[in-house]
Amino acid sequence: MSGTAGASILAQLGARRDRVILPSWCYVLIALAVGTAYTFKGLYPTVQSRLDFARTITANPTLQALTGPTFDLTTIGGLTAWRIGGLGGALLGVMNILVVVRHSRAEEEAGRLELVGAGVVGRYAPLTASLLLAMGTDLVIGLVIGGGLSLVGLPVGDSFVLGMALAVVGAAYAGIAAVAAQLTETSRGANGIALAVLGATFLLRAIGDSAGPGVRWLSWLSPIGWGQRIRPFAGDEWWVFALPLGCAVLACWVAFTLVARRDLGAGLLPGRPGPATAAAGLRSALALAIRLQRGVLLGWLVAFVVVGGVFGAVAQDMINIVATSPQLGKIIGQLGGTKALGDAFLAAVLGLLGLLSSIYTVQAVLRMRGEETAQRAEPVLATGVSRVSFAAAHVAVAAVGGALLLVASGVVTGVAYGLRSGDVGGAVASVLGGAAVQVPAAWVLAGVAVALFGLRPVLTGVAWAAVVVCFLIGELGPSLRLPQWAMDISPFTHVPRLPGGTLTGAPIGWLLGVAVVLVAVGLAGFRRRDIG
Amino acid sequence: MSTAISVTGLRKSFGRTVALDGLDLTVATGEVHGFLGPNGAGKSTTLRVLLGLLRADAGTVTLLDGDPWRDATTLHKRLAYVPGDVTLWPNLSGGEVIDLLGRLRGGIDRKRRDDLLERFELDPAKKGRSYSKGNRQKVALVAALASDVELLLLDEPTSGLDPLMEAVFRDCVTEEHRRGRTVLLSSHILAEVEVLCDRVSIVRAGRVVDTGTLADLRHLTRTSIEAELAGPPHGLADLPGVHDVRTDGDRVRCEVDTDRLDAVLAALTSVGVRSLVSRPPTLEELFLRHYRQERPERVAAR
Repeated sequence: MSGTAGASILAQLGARRDRVILPSWCYVLIALAVGTAYTFKGLYPTVQSRLDFARTITANPTLQALTGPTFDLTTIGGLTAWRIGGLGGALLGVMNILVVVRHSRAEEEAGRLELVGAGVVGRYAPLTASLLLAMGTDLVIGLVIGGGLSLVGLPVGDSFVLGMALAVVGAAYAGIAAVAAQLTETSRGANGIALAVLGATFLLRAIGDSAGPGVRWLSWLSPIGWGQRIRPFAGDEWWVFALPLGCAVLACWVAFTLVARRDLGAGLLPGRPGPATAAAGLRSALALAIRLQRGVLLGWLVAFVVVGGVFGAVAQDMINIVATSPQLGKIIGQLGGTKALGDAFLAAVLGLLGLLSSIYTVQAVLRMRGEETAQRAEPVLATGVSRVSFAAAHVAVAAVGGALLLVASGVVTGVAYGLRSGDVGGAVASVLGGAAVQVPAAWVLAGVAVALFGLRPVLTGVAWAAVVVCFLIGELGPSLRLPQWAMDISPFTHVPRLPGGTLTGAPIGWLLGVAVVLVAVGLAGFRRRDIG
Repeated sequence: MSTAISVTGLRKSFGRTVALDGLDLTVATGEVHGFLGPNGAGKSTTLRVLLGLLRADAGTVTLLDGDPWRDATTLHKRLAYVPGDVTLWPNLSGGEVIDLLGRLRGGIDRKRRDDLLERFELDPAKKGRSYSKGNRQKVALVAALASDVELLLLDEPTSGLDPLMEAVFRDCVTEEHRRGRTVLLSSHILAEVEVLCDRVSIVRAGRVVDTGTLADLRHLTRTSIEAELAGPPHGLADLPGVHDVRTDGDRVRCEVDTDRLDAVLAALTSVGVRSLVSRPPTLEELFLRHYRQERPERVAAR
């Protein structure tokens, strides 16, 4: 097909442009899988130790909601597949979405595709190239994970099944991103749509995996759920590979059909004219920052409210399932009873929301770096706006927006949980507290981004690395029994676990102090450096 | 006559790249000053230093009697800037951008804004992402020209404009000039410079290599002379400042340094002049002479 002429050259160009970021993704994902297996091998060397560990997992619906269903926890491989199936699939999904959008819609939006498209490049070539790049990386990651797990000593066949199960989940999200990239004119919008699908499908399987047999079918609506149901190390359901692969093929077909039907630069959702004059309030750096960021914040707010509401609503169901199981009753007693179980579940959900909110705060802070590199900061800074008020405006949007996300989702989670458990007032009070204590930790990561922006603007990507590190520490640290000093790197380790735990002021004060210092250092640095 | 911009010995490097290498520039209050030079000569870098967006490595810079780095925000309320490469917020309309930038500068003249929109034939309701390059340029121009400021810093403001709009731009700058505003105009359009500018500075490789009125600059270049004489010219080639002498019987053609014209004309009239054509240097010749000197090695390599 001549429509794809030039695709391989574009894919090479993409690989060249992503020569740092793609190997970083590969490294993180491979280290995640192989490191988890290696650690489990040391922690649970005997079948008995694994059975003991498995019992605490099956008694804890929180873990199943956040990770995935348990199939066979008697082997190292089974434990590894359970632990990384959901997290690895979700991370691969994020990677695929970012890669596909970055090399298709983002290029088109920046106008670079026009330059390239005037050469001998087919209409379908850019999208083909972005998919080749994403799926090629999936394949590499899958194969290396297979090889790595084999080297750790796991059965070779199953090791490659797990690697490939992760790779096909990634490919399914690459296809979904390819469709999203055709729908809007902006890469921000395309990323938003595709990541919303990822979040929704993660949520579907979280409910399906934890809220009882009646809703188990929900997990079958999610690519991440399919990856887990391939059952690596637990019977290998080969036919399930057809679901993510079919999803990828179908989505690519839809995306290519859409490419054929639209103009370069245009989306399917048409742009509308704007007002001829600015609203009276659009007269300050803060008003501009709010105007630029409000759409993104609204999207995040919807996602947080939905996630909070869903988890709040299913919390009681999970407690009921576990509480009626006689085998699990004893373990629950050891864990502190059903009340403690509910609190622990909510605290875990709020911890996850805290981590997610740091993604928002960091990207909201880095928006000002985006403004700077796009040369849109320059005309603003050439007016009466000082550098500090320019930067402080975006920092304020990030800080207030992050707090708003957590408070809103805390209220919704509390209401949803309270309606099911019968005590709305008490539930809202305790859950809201648990959400609010996450805010200072999210601000610390925002502070890291501000400091980098002010001092070393070319290294702002390091802020994302910090977010990833906090995620890995928070999600994997406890089951890998990381040493305390390593756990302490993440600000979220210092957040009191509420509801259920005790609220102490000192760590919150420290986190706030660190955040303030980081922001101050960043603003001071920004006053001194060159713009551009 | 007071000075709006005074730059001496300005240096700025980016890593190993030297962008400005001891640049001197003086712009008098109320004049339209042309700022010319080949691509990459340091024009935009100079403007960014004048805006306090970049910090000078060395040298003194005074803008409207202030320090552009230290007093950035107070000075910015008295000036307007049009960047060379205008990027707009994709989801803000042109009208919103014009109003916003005007307000951030301390106010916008609504009547003048509407008048300029009409003259530049710009639709303010379109979103930033749907403007062409020329229309983005118009948004920045309207935002700058509608502000009540003392100084306009314009970085290649007509790039992307069609000839009709260029004419509108020239009218606008002429009006600004009449109202006593100072304009620093970086440009490649020589016709534009010739019409608008009182004085020009030519920058090359981070230094100003020539500055003055166009008449001053012309004076430093050669005039070509073509004459038919009463007899063969003798000793013409030996006069100082005479180049490329070609004789054909009684006809002679040569290039003369403009400040040596007197002696050459005297020599010609001593022989007897039947006809004489003298052509002053064109602006193109003037600029090409400066621009080309930058890369002698490339010419030699050919």
